[in-house]
Amino acid sequence: MHAPVAPVRTSLIEGHKSYHDITEDLCAPTEKAPSLSWIIAFIISIATMSFGLFSLAWTIWFGIGSWNLNRTIGWGYDITNFVWWIGIGHAGTLISAILLLFRQKWRTGVNRAAEAMTIFAVVCAGLFPATHTGRPWFDFFMFPYPNTRGPLWVNFNSPLLWDLFAISTYFTVSLLFWYTGLVPDFATVRDRAVGFRKKLYNVLSFGWTGSAKHWQRWEALCLVLAGLATPLVLSVHTIVSFDFATSVIPGWHTTIFPPYFVAGAIFSGFAMVLTLMIITRKILNLQEYITINHIESMNKVILLTGTIVGVAYLTELFIAWYSGYLYEQFAFFNRAMGIYWWAYFGMMACNVLSPQIFWIKKYRRSIYITFLMSIFVNIGMWFERFVIIATTLARDYLPSSWSYYTPTWVEIGIFIGTLGIFFTLYLLFTRLAPVVAVAEVKHILKSAGDQYIGERAKGTQGSEAIHESAH
Amino acid sequence: MSQHTKEVFYGLYNDEEDLIHAIKEANAQHLDIMDVYTPFPVHGLDKVMHLEESRLHIAGFIFGSIGLLTAFGFMTWVFTRDWPIIFGGKPYWSVPAFIPITFELTVLFAAIGMVVSFYTVCGLGPGVSNPILDERITDDKFCIAFETTDADLGALQAFFKKTGAGEVHTKTI
Repeated sequence: MHAPVAPVRTSLIEGHKSYHDITEDLCAPTEKAPSLSWIIAFIISIATMSFGLFSLAWTIWFGIGSWNLNRTIGWGYDITNFVWWIGIGHAGTLISAILLLFRQKWRTGVNRAAEAMTIFAVVCAGLFPATHTGRPWFDFFMFPYPNTRGPLWVNFNSPLLWDLFAISTYFTVSLLFWYTGLVPDFATVRDRAVGFRKKLYNVLSFGWTGSAKHWQRWEALCLVLAGLATPLVLSVHTIVSFDFATSVIPGWHTTIFPPYFVAGAIFSGFAMVLTLMIITRKILNLQEYITINHIESMNKVILLTGTIVGVAYLTELFIAWYSGYLYEQFAFFNRAMGIYWWAYFGMMACNVLSPQIFWIKKYRRSIYITFLMSIFVNIGMWFERFVIIATTLARDYLPSSWSYYTPTWVEIGIFIGTLGIFFTLYLLFTRLAPVVAVAEVKHILKSAGDQYIGERAKGTQGSEAIHESAH
Repeated sequence: MSQHTKEVFYGLYNDEEDLIHAIKEANAQHLDIMDVYTPFPVHGLDKVMHLEESRLHIAGFIFGSIGLLTAFGFMTWVFTRDWPIIFGGKPYWSVPAFIPITFELTVLFAAIGMVVSFYTVCGLGPGVSNPILDERITDDKFCIAFETTDADLGALQAFFKKTGAGEVHTKTI
């Protein structure tokens, strides 16, 4: 049944929980009236979302001219924010899919919220390419449908079209994966609810009974979906990087982009997961399920991916010099020493230098330092995309067309608005669904609960059960 | 699911270890278990209940193959038959450029196909409400259920007592 656990493993569920305690603790946030902090956060989120929708409406009404893009710098805040949000989404799939394949038990504490974050982040990301087309009401032209113009098809050789397919697929598969995981937990909430909530969760839970055969199929389904989502998530950011790498712009035209973008995406995504989880565990009282051990594991991933990103930055610089190619050399000199030097140094400081403090165990296990770091990484990864996009375009082949770009209030408004959309959706999610996967936490209780493993284990009773069940 | 009502005799256990032992005992006594319900996936259950391995992954492979052929075939048809256009001096049938979309549609078809198959074969879906034996099954109880029509109630009672079921109930569903 449960695999024997190595003694070096630490517990992932604290407080000597029984199965019933887990149900009580994890369903409670959906059953109680919202706390004052939730209401305040929700009002702020709705307000920022409204401002974002207003800015979006402004853009659609007055056109892209309300942004500060020009003939030299055709991509600015829009694509920066698009790549930033898509990258944030990647951690959810990494936690739910890749860590499932690697049998990492700590994923159960955070996978549900991280997958929700993925879906909401992709919603925010999708807004940017959809509006920057200029005439969003014609966005359906991007899909290959039989039309009266020939039919004239879309260009299947274009990375921008690959991106459309990648992101649509990514959103759909993430949503299916997330909802399938939610169905048994909705059933748990349903069986505790009365009145209107019972009816609501009866619909949401799809008539789940907990039959042994259903669980068997459910596990088979989750495993294969994880197997599909793993290459999918790698493909999505690879294709996003193709948007740049297949162009002939010095600084973009590099083969290192796909792995470098994927590492950066996981890096920024984990930072956002940490930002959300540190607040969520505090407000919803989930410290026993999202423990310091979970936070430490995520900090290790941040350290690894941050260092990979750092190596990628240095490799770019080295290759620019080593290639002997004047334009490439200029592009990277311009990044670090040009008009946008502050963005480059912000990126280097936040992404490469600051995560190095996580070599020290004490800092990996500190909530305050982790929270601060997660904000730094989010800012740093935003700078990275801005550096790649704006600084590269600002200095092109013709000095006569060199330009500078600063966003207008409309562009800033849309960006802040997507933060509002993201947090509004996330706050609604914390009210509607168990933020931690109830069934999956119960499943690992006997191999990761602190009454069975670690310093506070009760005698040998637990380990005996584990050994027995291993046969 | 079937509409006719049936009488179900079920016992609730407090731990999955007890459940596994009870199922082994039921197998030894040749009792015909209707179904077993648990709050989370209990590993080893499929083995003791002699459940066949799920064939969902085969469905996934078939749906994925359909997606692969659809994407690759469609792009080939568009660019070689329906409206050939030269992009960047490349051949009409530029296979490497078709790979990303082919891959994405393979994954999309496989995922949607498998999820739809899963809910269909399990008889689950929006608006479905299956009868529930006990509301604590999704919380912390592990349930073995027997149909009463073709069973010896005394033997079942003795079985539940022997295997340490915390509670025993009868319910018409």
